[in-house]
Amino acid sequence: MIQDSLPTAAQLASDATSQRWQPGLDAVAQSEIFASGREGSGAGVALALALDAWRHRVREEGDEAEDRRAVVWVQTRAAVKRGGRPFRAGLPQEIRHRLIHVLAEKDEDALFALEEAVRCRDIAFVIGEIVGSPRALDFTASRRLTLAAERHGVPLMLVRLDGTRDLSSARQRWAVQAAPSARPQWNRQAPGVPAWQAELFRARKHPPGLWRLSEDAGALVAERTGEGQTAVSNVAAPSPGAASSFGASVAILSPTGERVSG
Amino acid sequence: MAPRRILSIWLAAFAIDRWRLAKGCARGEGADAQPLVLITETAHGSRIQATNSAARNAGARIGTMLADARTLCPSIVAVPDNPAGDLAELEKLAAWAMRWGPWSALDPPDGLLVDVTAVAHLFGGEAKLLADVHHAFAARGFVMRAAIAPTAGAAWALAHYGPDRAILASEDDMEARLSDLPVAALRLDDDVLTVLRRLGLKQLGELGTVGRDALHRRFRNRKSPAANPLVRMDQLLGRMPEPLLPVVPQQMPLVQRRLMEPIRHRALLDTVLGDLAADMVRELEGTGQGARRLDLGLWRVDGEVVVRTLELAAATRDAGHIVRLFGEKLGDVDAGFGIELVRLRASWAEALPANQVDIEAAAERHGTSLSAFVDRLTMRLGPKAVRRPVLKGSHVPERSQAWQPPLSPEPPEQGAFRFHARPLKLLDRAEPIAVLYATPDGFPQRFRWRGEVHEISRVEGPERIAPEWWRERGSARLRDYYRIEDDTGRRYWIYRYGIAGDGRGGVPEWFLQGLYA
Repeated sequence: MIQDSLPTAAQLASDATSQRWQPGLDAVAQSEIFASGREGSGAGVALALALDAWRHRVREEGDEAEDRRAVVWVQTRAAVKRGGRPFRAGLPQEIRHRLIHVLAEKDEDALFALEEAVRCRDIAFVIGEIVGSPRALDFTASRRLTLAAERHGVPLMLVRLDGTRDLSSARQRWAVQAAPSARPQWNRQAPGVPAWQAELFRARKHPPGLWRLSEDAGALVAERTGEGQTAVSNVAAPSPGAASSFGASVAILSPTGERVSG
Repeated sequence: MAPRRILSIWLAAFAIDRWRLAKGCARGEGADAQPLVLITETAHGSRIQATNSAARNAGARIGTMLADARTLCPSIVAVPDNPAGDLAELEKLAAWAMRWGPWSALDPPDGLLVDVTAVAHLFGGEAKLLADVHHAFAARGFVMRAAIAPTAGAAWALAHYGPDRAILASEDDMEARLSDLPVAALRLDDDVLTVLRRLGLKQLGELGTVGRDALHRRFRNRKSPAANPLVRMDQLLGRMPEPLLPVVPQQMPLVQRRLMEPIRHRALLDTVLGDLAADMVRELEGTGQGARRLDLGLWRVDGEVVVRTLELAAATRDAGHIVRLFGEKLGDVDAGFGIELVRLRASWAEALPANQVDIEAAAERHGTSLSAFVDRLTMRLGPKAVRRPVLKGSHVPERSQAWQPPLSPEPPEQGAFRFHARPLKLLDRAEPIAVLYATPDGFPQRFRWRGEVHEISRVEGPERIAPEWWRERGSARLRDYYRIEDDTGRRYWIYRYGIAGDGRGGVPEWFLQGLYA
């Protein structure tokens, strides 16, 4: 009887790894995104992932028709020096008028601000930018943030500029860098919509993997380009095409949530 | 609305008292037993500014030269006076005197004015209030006289020339009560007093006998109140407002606790603060208001006043929230020998209609509100740390964005062009880069930024942004912006400052200003 009710370790393992990450899943409590301070891709991916989860959020009874909750962007002074401040005219249209920017002089202040932000019910999601691997952001601090975010349901995207992959309790950890963008239709010489090379190297529910992310008409497009460095060997291939070659499995979700192609 | 009541305090021997307190001796004892004068150096020698009672008995008078006084009393001791120190002390006393009313002002060189409108009941009436003032100043060792009247002028006149502890009730006939005071009670300059004396006008009542237009003609060129007895008379009687006093349209919510035993410990102070916050919330609820700014005053036994001010992002009536925010500000308060009076004042309140209390009692689970979040961050990180980007009327990128407090309403905007692809992030200062190009005004090919070389693979531009001639100097150059992507896909916003041969400088420089997502 007990064996029937409780899943075995093998089942747990297969459940945990069988589901590939794809756009349109529920937001996770805390994600860490490692990026170089020389490019804007860290903040770009953080915004893209957060907005993707926000667009696919489950609407509850009594929610307002238009979500007008604020978006909080916390930066340390060092992060501002390295990568600049958010520029309103360049922000995604949905959050331009809802952004609250917090400038923290010290890493401890930034962590305080992040924790206060994830505890606030009037906030849609939180983006943090921290340079390097500060002493203040140890496993305890990271765990505090995760638990607070989980408890109050406010997703937190922590961008780690030039950081090392130290111990953390983040539910998803990404390493991203810029990728050459697709050529625009009308001017082949111009830079196109942003694209990134993203590696999910640790996740609680998903096996690691490599994706090429980009935004297309207000939706996140992910194209799987390979296994991550710490690839799990016993994963059943989700579809015959997936293992074959570059860019075989493409998942696009339109804003309404239906799958366009698979 | 209650009629105005002004308390005027005159420290009759302020400079001497201050000197005596600094010496640490009681009145008429120790160093004060000798004839002593405070002098100021003038072009003609030392002039006496203040005297103690022994010197007065010996014949020294204020305003005479020290040499003249020495002939009368050779043993007189002269000490230089300290007007700056007196003024600083007077300022401290003014802050301290706010224990009798929500607002006080300096009345240099030796007076204070306190607005005691509608606060006398806290002390048990105006007579008891005056007695409390006397008692407090006597405990600090100052000679003083005080009076309460409906105007500052009348209170001043009564404090200086009226009977001791005079109270002029608002329904009294002011002219009759004040008519036998000397004209010096009008706070006039010395030369005007001389003119009035020569005219034979000695008392306030006599001013009315001459005829108003005669006096008006005589002083028609004197615009300053201190030089015109008619203006002063009108101010005294309340016919003309005196700009010295702020117009208080309504009474600020004010609660206080006078403590039987001075408190020295933080835990007790927190209890008192909790009580005060609850009182304040009740007060605010009665008027349908919420506090935006709160001043907490702590009066110490030794005369120091500690003030802590709190500004809130949105009107609030939440006692717990107020206590929590003040709690962070009270860590560095030095209680000294104890705090005897704690007062909480809402110096800025906004209308906040009553709403339903959270019945679920599950605020813990539901999280905090946005205004509480902003308050807590502002408290810890400072008011400049939490802000919101808004558009400003400028097309120069770094100037097109302003930062304002997060909850204030957004200014009207013109809207931006949809085809402008702007970077996600803008550097605080555009950073100079070294660019390799085929022709001076052609596309850039390669650039070096922060010690690393980027090969440019795709370019869009230029987008020309002209300098704002109405704002900048004439030598400002135009900017040609390029959106670029390097061979690894990193996207930047760079610009060339000026064009070759525009006559505004040498070879154009290049800058990197923004980072695309």
